[in-house]
Amino acid sequence: MANAVEIDAVSKTFKLYHERGTSLKERLVKAGRSRYDELKALQSISFDVAEGETIGILGRNGSGKSTLLKCICGVLQPSEGEIRVRGKLAGLLELGAGFQPELSGRDNIYLNGSMLGLTRKEIDDVFDDIVGFAELESFIDNQVKFYSSGMYVRLGFAVAVNVDPDILVIDEVLAVGDEKFQRKCIARIKQFQEMGRTIIFVSHSADQVRSICDRAVVLQTGEMIGMGTPGDAVRLFRERLLEADGAPPAEEAAPEVEPGQQGDRFLLRIREVFTSVSEGESPVLESGDPFSVTAVFRVKEEIDSMVFVIEVHGAKGELLLRTDTNELGMATDAPLGEGRVTFEFPSWPLSDGRYDISVGAQSRLGETTYDWRENVVSVEVVYHGKASGLLNLPLSASLTAGGPIVRKKL
Amino acid sequence: MSPDAAASPLPATGDETGARAVERAKPVRVVSARVSVRDRIVEIWRTRELLSYLISTEIKVKYKNSALGLLWSMVAPAMSLLIFWFVFGVVLKNAYPSFVIYLFSGLLFWNFFSTGVSSATRVIVDRAGIVKKVSFPREILALSSIGTSMVFMFFQTAVLILFMVVLQHSPDWHLLPLLIPAVLATAIIAAALGILLSAANVYLRDMSHLIEIVLQAWFWACPVVYSFWSQIQPRLGRLSFVYLLNPMAPIVLTSQRVIYGHTYVHLTTPEHTGIQILPPWSGWSYLLMDSILVVAGLVLLWVALTVFGRLEGNFAEEL
Ligand SMILES: Nc1ncnc2c1ncn2[C@@H]1O[C@H](COP(=O)(O)OP(=O)(O)OP(=O)(O)O)[C@@H](O)[C@H]1O
Ligand SMILES: [Mg+2]
Repeated sequence: MANAVEIDAVSKTFKLYHERGTSLKERLVKAGRSRYDELKALQSISFDVAEGETIGILGRNGSGKSTLLKCICGVLQPSEGEIRVRGKLAGLLELGAGFQPELSGRDNIYLNGSMLGLTRKEIDDVFDDIVGFAELESFIDNQVKFYSSGMYVRLGFAVAVNVDPDILVIDEVLAVGDEKFQRKCIARIKQFQEMGRTIIFVSHSADQVRSICDRAVVLQTGEMIGMGTPGDAVRLFRERLLEADGAPPAEEAAPEVEPGQQGDRFLLRIREVFTSVSEGESPVLESGDPFSVTAVFRVKEEIDSMVFVIEVHGAKGELLLRTDTNELGMATDAPLGEGRVTFEFPSWPLSDGRYDISVGAQSRLGETTYDWRENVVSVEVVYHGKASGLLNLPLSASLTAGGPIVRKKL
Repeated sequence: MSPDAAASPLPATGDETGARAVERAKPVRVVSARVSVRDRIVEIWRTRELLSYLISTEIKVKYKNSALGLLWSMVAPAMSLLIFWFVFGVVLKNAYPSFVIYLFSGLLFWNFFSTGVSSATRVIVDRAGIVKKVSFPREILALSSIGTSMVFMFFQTAVLILFMVVLQHSPDWHLLPLLIPAVLATAIIAAALGILLSAANVYLRDMSHLIEIVLQAWFWACPVVYSFWSQIQPRLGRLSFVYLLNPMAPIVLTSQRVIYGHTYVHLTTPEHTGIQILPPWSGWSYLLMDSILVVAGLVLLWVALTVFGRLEGNFAEEL
């Protein structure tokens, strides 16, 4: 399959000047004395995006995601390397498209459309779709500077998806729209995927990446540290977050490794996770049977106010459940020493399939992650009932029949 | 990889099926730090529709913000015309016949040039919102300022024609085609300067103020309110050509030659009986001057595009 975007050894270096003047006067006064630091926002990034593929980009704040997207859109030029883009590209960079505030929404649609290379007539044809999608019928002749930030983003998204691009580039813009609009956007993105279009997508929501993308790239301080399936990428991303929080990466934290040699960087380490199924005889779980997940952990230093978190993911990586011990009404302090935490499902409510379970330990408000084991165990579930669908809820039916007909008077 | 090699379509894999042939038609855009001037011009040409759209919205914005709109945009040029006519014609009594037409014919081109250059200088900083978000050849922005200014020149021409009808002043019909190279030369030189300065202004924000001052001085170096032949040439003598090195001087002279028409005028003051107000040159010499300016302007434009290309890559991060 042909590549829609080829990113070839792209680097971007920003010069961060120490108080550089932006006027000729200042430049002349301090001629030749402006010192600067170089900031390598992107370091030799190379990857290809095949036509019809959806790529997610993950990374912490400042890791260079937006910079990379700007380079792909051609708003920034890479300092080194080059990017080849095949086909019409529509981009939604951080917080909306480029609109001219003093023009009306209508004029901005035309302006934006012609910047994306559409002729006037082509824009006429999609104009109503754009306005309809953005649900801005009554505001379309107002100046864009009077739009709310959500309306602004909606218009930008509506233009980008309705001009029929081959490649759609989206930078975290979905976060601003209200929930209904977000759902609409996701639906539209899915529709785009079905039409075989290429999408490059930055999101801080690991869930969105998992449910939308075919592959994902992880950036860290300008370097590409990994690329693979969304599940792998999310795992890598979470592990790197952990390292940044001071805990050792999961590989090192394997149960065999004696804690202590690696230094005392971590306060709490999850040593082992197992389920009632992996302990028991049968490798599969009968849907509706009780099920439990147990994590064995060791606390090196007393922690106030922490929780254990459990996540259950479906086969496509979609999040089915996330909760923590605080939400389940347990004490939130971790005393020194070894302990175990067990999450018990009195009856497993999901139908057949394979489910991945992640377990982690975080501070109560989630700002620090002490340890995280992404998809550490999985469970195969079989369902012998007749109902179809995802859930196997305890359910019964009752029926009364043959009663008199009562007419309600209005 | 060299830009030339990169500009060629990606190698297609597999057989050349119908669908593949359609796919191959998709344009390949290369984002890299080096893009040749030729490629830039091709890109600009591809986006010409955007250029006309930018010009029309610019004009729309200019006169939508007030009821009298279009009229307002004519107030500033009308004001300068009025002041110059009052100061030089009435107070200083220069007594050129139809002095208003003489002034107007020079101002027409000068206004085109100066508003074009000064608005182009500011345009990229002013439109930071789109420059930071959307990719398109940024030169288009500077060109749209020049284009807008050209449209306003046409509006002013309409007023000038009205004046000429009222004053029963006819142009030199034979030389009328000379206005084409004159407009062309002005547009090209203004575009080149506008493109250069718009890029410079991103890095040196006071460039726009500086250019206002330079343009004010530049105005007095053009024979708009005075006569080159009767007032400058006698003093400079053999060095007159230096004066004509200012590209706007020959352009203003051309305009005056065509629109004002008279080279020698009879005065009404007792001291002088007549005066050689415009150079006694033939139409061909005007054509030669303007053609030289067109060629020089194209060279300058090439330089401007090259410099712009070097600076453009950092616009989005500097704004
Ligand atoms: N115009 C600029 N000038 C100087 N440095 C910049 C500029 N734009 C971005 N940077 C720097 O480049 C680095 C990467 O920024 P970028 O915006 O790409 O991060 P990001 O991954 O999108 O972060 P976020 O998750 O917050 O959106 C940051 O350190 C930032 O400070
Ligand atoms: Mg960003």
